[in-house]
Formats: sequence, C-alpha cells, structure tokens
Amino acid sequence: MNPLRTTRTLVASATAVVLALGSASLAHGAMPADHSDDDRITIGIKFDQPGIGLKTPDGTYTGFDVDVATYVAGQLGHEPGEIVWKEAKSADRETMLQRGDVDFIAASYSINDERAEKVDFAGPYLLAHQDVLIRADDDSIKQPSDLNDKRLCSVTGSTSAQNVKDEIAPDAQLQEYGGYSECLTGLENGVIDALTTDDSILAGYAAQEEFEGKFKLGGFELSNENYGIGVQKGSDLKDKINTALEKMVEDGSWDEAVEKNFGPAGYQNEPAPQIGVIVE
Amino acid sequence: MFDFLDGYDLLGAFWLTVQLTFWSALGSLVWGTLLAAMRVGPVPLMRAFGTAYVTIVRNIPLTVIIVFTSLGLFQTLGVSLGADRFTTINFRLAVLGLTAYTSAFVCEALRSGINTVPLGQVEAARAIGLSFPQTLRIVVLPQAFRSVVGPLANVLIALTKNTTVAAAIGVAEAALLMREMIENEAQLILISAIFAFGFICLTLPTGLLLGRLARKVAVKR
Repeated sequence: MNPLRTTRTLVASATAVVLALGSASLAHGAMPADHSDDDRITIGIKFDQPGIGLKTPDGTYTGFDVDVATYVAGQLGHEPGEIVWKEAKSADRETMLQRGDVDFIAASYSINDERAEKVDFAGPYLLAHQDVLIRADDDSIKQPSDLNDKRLCSVTGSTSAQNVKDEIAPDAQLQEYGGYSECLTGLENGVIDALTTDDSILAGYAAQEEFEGKFKLGGFELSNENYGIGVQKGSDLKDKINTALEKMVEDGSWDEAVEKNFGPAGYQNEPAPQIGVIVE
Repeated sequence: MFDFLDGYDLLGAFWLTVQLTFWSALGSLVWGTLLAAMRVGPVPLMRAFGTAYVTIVRNIPLTVIIVFTSLGLFQTLGVSLGADRFTTINFRLAVLGLTAYTSAFVCEALRSGINTVPLGQVEAARAIGLSFPQTLRIVVLPQAFRSVVGPLANVLIALTKNTTVAAAIGVAEAALLMREMIENEAQLILISAIFAFGFICLTLPTGLLLGRLARKVAVKR
C-alpha cells in the first residue's frame, strides 16, 4: 500500500471516531440527572472553600452552602444520606447544569446577567460583599482608598481580582494565585497586605482553627454578590427551591447556619435576602 | 457571536506569552548547553551534578516548580530578582522557573546530538592537542546542534504551551486572560477554542520553520 494512502485512511478513520464520540456525548446533552430508579439527588458545591463548601479529609462536607443545600434537599423529599455531592468549579457550573450532571448548584454562585442567560437561579439565599482580609495587627487599612498603595492578593481571573484592577484600587499591586491558601501564606508572612474576595469566603477562612485570631475582615462593602441556587433553564425545581429557602429563613435554620459557619470570624452578615430580589 | 471579545486585550496577553517563551527559550538554551557539557565532560563531580539536576528537575511537575518560585523563593526567602512590583517579579520568577525546567529537556536533546558525532572525530581532536572545552566548542557542538534542531523545536513548542502554567502565580499571559473571560462570559467552549487557536498560531509556524531548518542544516553521514 502506498504510504500516503495509509496516512489518509488513518486520518479519515480518526476523524470518524472523533465525530462519533462527539455526537454520542451531544446525544446525552440536556438530559436531567438520571436517577429515576432511586431517591438520590445530585448537588454541586465547592469542595475547597472553608465556611462555604469544603470537603473534609474524612469525606464529609461542611459549610454554609452545604447546610442550605441539605435543607433544600430535605424540603424536596431527600434525606441527607440520599445526597450525592459533586464538585462544581466556578468555570464548570453552567456546563454542569446544562448537561444535567447535577440537579442544582449551591456553590457561592453569584447571580449575574451572563449566567442568567444560561441557567435559572432560585434565591438569592445570601447577600455577600467583596471585602478584604488583613492581618489582625494591621491598622493601616481603614477605608477602601487605603488599599491603593497596598499589595493585594486574589484568585487568578476571579471577579474580585478583576474588580481590584478595574475599579477598587487600580494603583494597588495585585498578586493572583490559583487558590486562596497561597494568598494566606503571603498574608501571614507579610509579603501581601490584604486578601480580597467575598466576605463570606474570607469569614470562612478566618474562622478556621489554624488561623483564629491572626486575621480580621476590613468590613468594606466593595460589591454586592447575590448568591443564588442554579438550576437548569426552565426547570420546575426553581419554584420548589424558592419555597424551601423561604421556609428555611422562617423557621430560623438560616440564622443557625450563618452562625455555625461564619460566627467565629466576627462576620456581620446581611439579613436573609428576599427571594427574587437582587441587590445591584 | 464574537462581540463578547470587546474590552479584552487578547493581543496583549498573547504578546506576554511570546515574551515569556522567548526569554525562557534563550535561558534554557544557555543553561541546557552548559548542563549537556557537564554531562559529557571529564570531571566526575560535574557529571554527577548534571545527571542529578536533569533527573530531578525533569521529574517535578512544572506547576510545582513555578508555584515554588513564588511561594518559596519570593514569599519566604525574599528573592525578588531586582524588581519591586508584583508584575515584574512574577514575570522574572516565571522565566526562571520555566528556564530551570526546560533546560533539562534541552540538555537531553543536545546530549543525543552529541552522541551522533563519531567517536573518531573526538579522538582526532584530542590527537592534535585540543583541550576538552575546545573539542566541544569547535568540533562536537556545532555538529550536535545541527542534528538536534528537530528535537529542540519540539522542546520549544512544549515550552510555548507550558508558559500557561505561569498563570498560577499571576503572570497576565494568555491563560490568565482565558480564566477571566470564562469567569465573566459563561462561554466555556468558544473561549477555549479561541485560545487553542491562538496557541496553534504561535506553535504551527515554529514547527514548520524549524522543521525546514532541520532538514537544511542536518549533517549528512
């Protein structure tokens, strides 16, 4: 056989395989998570944010999002044992919902217009603000304008990092890292002056045992982040989840969850938001 | 379809990728050549150092090396490489990390080229009284380089793509802009495709040009 022919056949068959795989995965698109044969429910959360959604070394899950999701699942008729937790990284959230990998997502998921085009949001269930975490003995940062000659740190590409560059402190130096833990190392040994992101996440870090007493929140409300629960576009889950969230606030479980997850950091939380009201 | 691109400095980000690639390629060519010279040299201590360096560095994930330059060298040991703003420090640290990593591969590619030079030539060089550095510089390396243009092109292409790891310590190259856009736009597949295309635009010409050069300069034996 002519060697050129062989190459061509190879390319053709490789293309065919790729196309077949592609259409196979497309065919699965837009199907809701399929577990009709049992009572399980799949929920997307963060695995790496203390206070919000954290997978602990012994395989349990803690955090405010986890408590809210567990309560909501309970209202939808699922025992805690029937919940399958799945990691929903920020970049994957819309795709996970569209593909139907999860039934809903509670993963510090701020409601915005771009996202609302792709998925539906129940809630909001928490109003967070961008804030800074500074060393407990640092008195030089009292107001947001003090940040301009400081060294800030946030997660690569995150909304908070972009806010710093564009609006909050364009003259400040910004270090971007893959995760908050790297920022905390720098904050601890003085290379970085402030870690900035949503106050709920900061409170979760500050409340961790190994950091207790070392850091404090600045208390600046640099932006409004309305955390919602994401569901597939057009899903009837949205109304059910809204009802569940309303009930959670009414019976006091919401306050309990806030106190349990953010309490030790001295975090001044906003009152429970009204369902469907988004604070710009 | 592409109107969401407004307001993003795509070219600027890719320009930083090119700069990272250029300086790291230059650095690793120099350091990689020195390492190769150590590995084929007559001094046992240098041979041991070269071998140990290549074996260790080649087997550490690049992300670990890059993050170490920032957390270990800069934050803990205070090495700022003569810069005082994060953007410059991070860029230089990334070049340092990429150079340290890539030179291990350059060294091994070059060593394979050295092995293609017939032993008789080295013996002849020694017979006419050339020292080891002279033999390497005048006889061996010129021929070795000519035979490894192809493998070095592979290393360069890998390096171009490896620069994306620098986003882990906040160097504002293409991969960092990609993360910002994914965070803002909820257009995962389209954005990934744009950046994949950008990298193809960088690496495809590299491969073609250097492939042609490799054929042109190869030593016919």
